[in-house]
Formats: sequence, structure tokens, C-alpha cells
Amino acid sequence: MQNSPNIPVQPNCPDRRRTQNAVVIWCRDKLARYIFLAVAFSATASLLLIALFILKEGVPFIIKVGLKSFLLSSEWNPAAEKFGIYPMIIASLWVTLGAMLIGAPLGVAGAIFLTQFVPRSIMRIIKPMIELLAGIPSVVYGFMGVMVLAPFIRNYLGGPGLSLLAGSIILGVMVLPTVISISTDAINAVPKTYLEGALALGATRWQSVHMVILKAARSGIIASIILAMGRAVGETMAVIMVAGNAVRIPHSALDPVRTLTANIALEMGYATGLHRQALFATGVVLFVVVMILNSLAIAAMKRKTGN
Amino acid sequence: MRKGQCVERKVKISVQNLSVFFGQHQALRSLTMNVPANRILGIIGPASSGKTTFLRTLNRMNDLDPESRAEGRVLLDGADIYHPSQSAVQLRKRVGMVFALPMPLPMSIYDNVVYGPRLSGIRNRAALDVIVERTLTAAFLWDEVKDRLNMLALRLSGGQQQRLCLARTLAMEPEVVLLDEPCSGLDPISTARIEDALTVLKERYTIILVTNNTKQASRIADETAFFLMGELVELGETSQIFTVPCDQRTSDYVTGRFG
Amino acid sequence: MRIPPKITQALAVILLGAATLITVITLVLIIAFVLKRGVPEISWEFLSTKPREMGKAGGILPTLLGTVLLPLLAILIALPMGVGTAVYLTEYTRENRVTRIIRFGTDCLAGIPSIIFGLFGYIFFVTILGMGWSMISGGLTLAIMILPTIIRTSEEAIRSVPQAYREVSCSLAATSWETVYKVVLPNALPGIMTGVVLGIGRSIGETAAVIFTAGSSLMMPSSLNDSVRTMSVHFYLLAREGISDEKAYATAAVLVFAVLLVNLAAYWMMNRFIAKRSR
Ligand SMILES: Nc1ncnc2c1ncn2[C@@H]1O[C@H](COP(=O)(O)OP(=O)(O)O)[C@@H](O)[C@H]1O
Ligand SMILES: [Mg+2]
Repeated sequence: MQNSPNIPVQPNCPDRRRTQNAVVIWCRDKLARYIFLAVAFSATASLLLIALFILKEGVPFIIKVGLKSFLLSSEWNPAAEKFGIYPMIIASLWVTLGAMLIGAPLGVAGAIFLTQFVPRSIMRIIKPMIELLAGIPSVVYGFMGVMVLAPFIRNYLGGPGLSLLAGSIILGVMVLPTVISISTDAINAVPKTYLEGALALGATRWQSVHMVILKAARSGIIASIILAMGRAVGETMAVIMVAGNAVRIPHSALDPVRTLTANIALEMGYATGLHRQALFATGVVLFVVVMILNSLAIAAMKRKTGN
Repeated sequence: MRKGQCVERKVKISVQNLSVFFGQHQALRSLTMNVPANRILGIIGPASSGKTTFLRTLNRMNDLDPESRAEGRVLLDGADIYHPSQSAVQLRKRVGMVFALPMPLPMSIYDNVVYGPRLSGIRNRAALDVIVERTLTAAFLWDEVKDRLNMLALRLSGGQQQRLCLARTLAMEPEVVLLDEPCSGLDPISTARIEDALTVLKERYTIILVTNNTKQASRIADETAFFLMGELVELGETSQIFTVPCDQRTSDYVTGRFG
Repeated sequence: MRIPPKITQALAVILLGAATLITVITLVLIIAFVLKRGVPEISWEFLSTKPREMGKAGGILPTLLGTVLLPLLAILIALPMGVGTAVYLTEYTRENRVTRIIRFGTDCLAGIPSIIFGLFGYIFFVTILGMGWSMISGGLTLAIMILPTIIRTSEEAIRSVPQAYREVSCSLAATSWETVYKVVLPNALPGIMTGVVLGIGRSIGETAAVIFTAGSSLMMPSSLNDSVRTMSVHFYLLAREGISDEKAYATAAVLVFAVLLVNLAAYWMMNRFIAKRSR
């Protein structure tokens, strides 16, 4: 390019170019909009598809056998076409409860400690570390349960080792990152002025935390616990490895148990016909439970943002 | 200077009974005015008087806010820009805008300038080079950046960035250029360069310049409009507005007595 | 009797601190233990040969390949859908009933246990669509599983692109699509990549959803219709069926390395993204 003139030159007829392109541009924009709209339903459509096919496979079976005998009968014997999942329901319930007894207090305590009593710099190291650990595959947790936890329980507490207790502990540890991460976010979202106000009134740090922060962050903390519950109910591989998988109603924490998820995964490989339908019906029960927990967690989250 | 500037000026934009609402809030109240072609129309008025809203109505940028609603008519060369058959995108090619804060896109100087032309389908590198040089020259920026066109535009100074934004708008070859307080964040020297550029540019463009600086309007605007609380109080030749305004409120404002 | 606040404060700090310590130590110990037992078993031969006797001897080469290919396939499928959803939510619509439905669907999908994905993939892709136990079945199933992650991170990344860029682009006569593609997506890319890496991490660690859809063949896959075994599945089978503790530890160590590496990458990218945004 040479030296330019100071006064801009007249452009070469822009109008024709404009009209030529206008239609193409308009079409492309419209097309993009519809594609995005269609794609935006991919997650929802997947969810519906999942629900549809799980229900389609499972519900006819439940209708045939009867919901009551399916849920409340204790006999699971596919060879004899006896399909009662009561023991698995009880097992899932206890394992989840046990996991929450361990995971919720530890996780919430960790979140409070990390946000309130630890310098930001340390928190900046520990929180990502914990989140990194959330990525450790569940089978690895399960393996640790088998190699370390189960022998420990067998030797010091008795029973076979692979047990309800082992399952609860492993699941409790597994949900820790979820609880800590979401609770920390909820606590951090509480405006600083709340805490400063309480401190200014002469409260100790713990009093302020206890009276002000926990109240303000309550919905988020509850949501974290409900989400963790969903995780625990749905966890499969780790539980299969450590919980013992015996189909019976546990009488103590040291008894081996089989959860709903374990029941599906253990027999899915070879099940056919009615048996396979029974496993899908187990999936239906699991799906319904998890959807309820999800909805509760989402509602709790909403309340947090609503305030 | 071109001939025929004295008597009947061609009307570029004709605004008729324009009201703009944001939800319940009315930001413009039944505006009626004509914007002459190839002149600089200065718009002055206190904050929140609807100046920005008015500009954004002229290139339909308010469409981005789903709460907004315009009533009345805005005619560009006699055609209603809000008519359903009119495309907002095509309109914005004819009516360009420079924002209050210099806002280069996070790309090179060159890419900033050719952003509009590329969208209109110009791919030829030589043609783009010509556009870049012409518009940067017109914005009085060429000499300062011609050696570093591939530099990230965000590394320019504020004044340079704003001139780049002007060049970027000119690159679309618009007919009307809207400027919303383009010098509010700039030093006097940068301001002077932009004002110089504008006085040259009115030869080819119709320019509407919103300014919070009445001095600036008196320096470069041919006509000046005074907005107050969403109303057009007065519109006239700049000399008249600043010396013998018809309305007491205009007089108060331009003499700095306004509260 | 009232306990003085000073003492409750001290008590609380001690208890909370202890709980935190237990948490962190447990989690770190698990990793340390796996690595300590596993790393000595890892050798070049282990990584570069095929397993023999169902994994009792030999290496893990085919499962390494599966662990690379399956998550990649899943990302290839999930990325356009996830980013597309995020773009729709942020650029094309306001909050209304449609977006609420989409968000609810996404959140629910995020909470579905992997065994359900496994069941669904098995009945839908493997059986009804006749894809059999194959990479494509596994990839599609994993894609659905990680879709919520991709949607969320992409949405966050896109929202963090300054609104002013969109206004400028629009004022330069860009259509919504042109703005999205020339300004919004390039600037959101680092954030989107974080989601991609998180999704890959989750896919690598997944077992239940994979074993019922991609199968567990120990052959080297040669097409999308071949069954593959990922490291997670291989490790699960080694451990669960007690084939070989040494090989299980070694596989676990490789697996943990892979997942930590991928998650660290995600973390690093996220930080760089935040740093860049706040500059
Ligand atoms: N996007 C918007 N949403 C709601 N109200 C707006 C919006 N833009 C402007 N307003 C309101 O319209 C009035 C005029 O604003 P504006 O045109 O920005 O004034 P000026 O540019 O003269 O300072 C103000 O009261 C402002 O609050
Ligand atoms: Mg303004």
C-alpha cells in the first residue's frame, strides 16, 4: 500500500453486495437458531428416553407380579421366579443412611472449617485437592475397601468384613468431596457483611458461624447432603466390591448386604426373560428414588438462590 | 464543501412521535424531529435524559433488550426502520454506532476493523487492506498503528481504541454514524483528534453525536438538540441554541445554571 | 450451667479441624496407598503388551486404547450437544418455561446413577438399535452421562464473556449466529475446554455404564462396532474376580494417574481462564 489520501474515496457500490448477502445471512441465522433450539433439548430428551425405556422394560413386570409383592417380599430367587426386592431396599436404605452419618457431618464440618477457620491461601490449596479426589474412580474406592477396610473390620469387629458397615464407610468417604464442595460454595455465597455484623456485636467466630452463616447457607448445605444421598443410593461398583452382596435383611452393621444397584449389576450380565425384566424393575425403583432426591436437591438449591 | 448546503437540506432520518418504553418505564416521550443529511447533529442533555436510548433506537440496538418497546415512526430515507419487513441487521449496516467506552473486540487491530466487512462477505485480502487503511486514515489513527496492525487491539491507549472503534464503524460504509459520548473517557488531545475526524467525515456521513460536554457540541455540531427527561426540548442551529435558545430550560442548561 | 463462649469456640475449632483433617488424610491416604502398591508393578512391558490369561499376566495395552478412545468418542458426541444447549440458553432466549424445563432436565440427568445409564444403554443402543456391545454404544451412553457437565461448564464460560462484546458485534451488523461464532465461542473456549476435560475424566473413571454397553473384550478394537474394555472395567474385573492383586494394583495406579492428570489439567485451565477473565 502506498501513501493514502486523506479524504476517503467513494466505496464501490456497497448496496448490491448487501442485498445479495442479506438473504443468505438471514437464512443462516434462522437455521442456527432452530438448530440450537433443537439441540438444547438433548439433555431433556435423553432423560425422557432413559425414563421411557427403563419404565417400558420394568413396569410391565411390576404390574404382572404386583407392586406389593415385588417391593415387600423377601425372597429373591430368579431360578424359581421369585422376585422380591425387600432386602435390597432395606440394604440400600441402611447403606445410604450409614454413608450420610459419616459423610454429612465430616463434609459439612470440613466445609465450615475450610471457609471460616483457615486462611484463604490454605483453603485455595485444599479445596481443589478435595475436588481432584472427587474424580478418583469408584472402583478404586471399592478396591481400597476390599484390601484395607474389610480385613480391618473382620479382624477387629468380627463378621465377614465385607458388610453393611464397610459399604457405608466407603460410600461416606466417596461422597465427602460432593458435600464439601457444594457446602463450601453455599457458605461462601453468604454476604461477608452478615458475619461482620455478628462479630461486631461481640460474638465469637463460632457463635457467628453457628448463628448467622449456617442459617443463611442452610439450603445449600441441605442440597449438598441430598445430592450426596443420590450419589450414595446410586453408587454401584464400589458397593458391589465391599458390601458382601448377600440377599438378606441385615441384622447388624457387620452383616453382608446387597443393594438395589448391586442387584442389577451383578445379575445383568446373564439375566434373560422375566429375570431381566425384574432387574429393570429394580432399576425403576432406583430411578424413582433418585429422581425424588434430585428434585428435592434442585428445590433446595432454588431456595438458596431465591433468597 | 459541496454545493446546495444552504437552502433545503435533505432529511436523512425523520422521527415521528417516537416513544420508547423499558417495561413500564418510559424513556422517550413522543419525540418528533428531522435529522439532516451530511451534518453533525449534536445531542446534549443531563444524564438519564434518554440520549443513549434515542441513539439505540435509531439502529435498533434496543431490540436486544426484550423489555424495550418503541412506538411511533423512524424513517430512514423515507422508509420506516421498525416496519416488519425491515431487517435490523441490514439497518445496522447503514447506521453504525460508536459506544461511550472504547470497546475493541479481543482480536487484532486489523481484525477489529474488518469485522464488519468480513461479515458482509468481503474475503479478498487486498480489498480488506484497502478498507483498513482508508478507515484508519479517516479516523486519524493510521499513522500511529500502520506498523502493528496485528497487535491485540486491547493494548492501544484509550484514545487510540476509541478511534479504532470509529474506524471499525466506518469500515461498514454506513450512511449514518451514531456516537454516544465518544470522548467521555478521553484526554483533550484524543478528543481533538476525534473531533477533527468528525468534521471531515460529515462530508460523507450523517453524524449524530451525543455529548455530555456542551462545549464539544458548540465546537463541532451544526445543529444541536437538547433532551430533558425523555423529551426533546429544543432543536436548532447550534449557534442559535447556544446564544438565543427559545426555551428557558435550554438556556439554563447551556449556561450551566441547570440543577 | 452455661459454657462460656470462649470454650465453645475452642471446642468447635478443634472438632471441626479434626473432622477436616480426617477427611483430607483419608482421601490422601487412599491415593498414596494405591500408588505405593501399584507403581512398583508398572513397567514399560505392562503398558505396551496385551494381557494374557484374562489379565493374570501380561499388560494392559488394549484397555489403555479403550480408555483413550471411548472418552474421546463420548466427548465428540457430547460437545456439540452440550455447547449448543449452552448457547441456546445464554444467547437465544430469556429465562422462561422452556429454559426452566431444559435446566431441570439437565440437573436431573446429572443426578442419574451410572448403573441406570448402563441399563438404558444396554436396552436402547445395544439391544434395540442393534449396535451390540461396542465402542459406539459405550460412547453414546457416556456422552449422555457427561452431557450435563459439558452444558454447565459451557454455560458458565459463555456467560462470562462480557456483554459489551455482544453489543459491539451486534452494532457491526452481525446476526446472533455470527456473534456467537465469531465473538462468543472463541472467548468462551478455554472455559468450555475445562468442561471437556472434566467430562473425559469422568468417562475414564466410569465402570457401570461402560461394562454393559461397550462390553469387556480384551481384543484390540479396530472399528466403532468392536467391543472394548476400558482400564476401569479391566481393573474392576481383576479386583472383583480376584484374578491378580498385583495387576489390579498396577492398573489402579495407572488409572489414578490418568484421572489425576486429567483433572489437574481441567483445574489448571479453569484457573487460567479465570485469571484471563479478571484481567
Ligand atoms: N435497558 C434499559 N432498561 C431499563 N431502563 C433503561 C434502559 N436503558 C435506559 N433506561 C432508562 O431510560 C432512561 C434514559 O436513559 P439513557 O438513554 O441511558 O439516558 P442518557 O444516555 O441521556 O444518560 C433512564 O432513566 C434509564 O434508567
Ligand atoms: Mg448515555
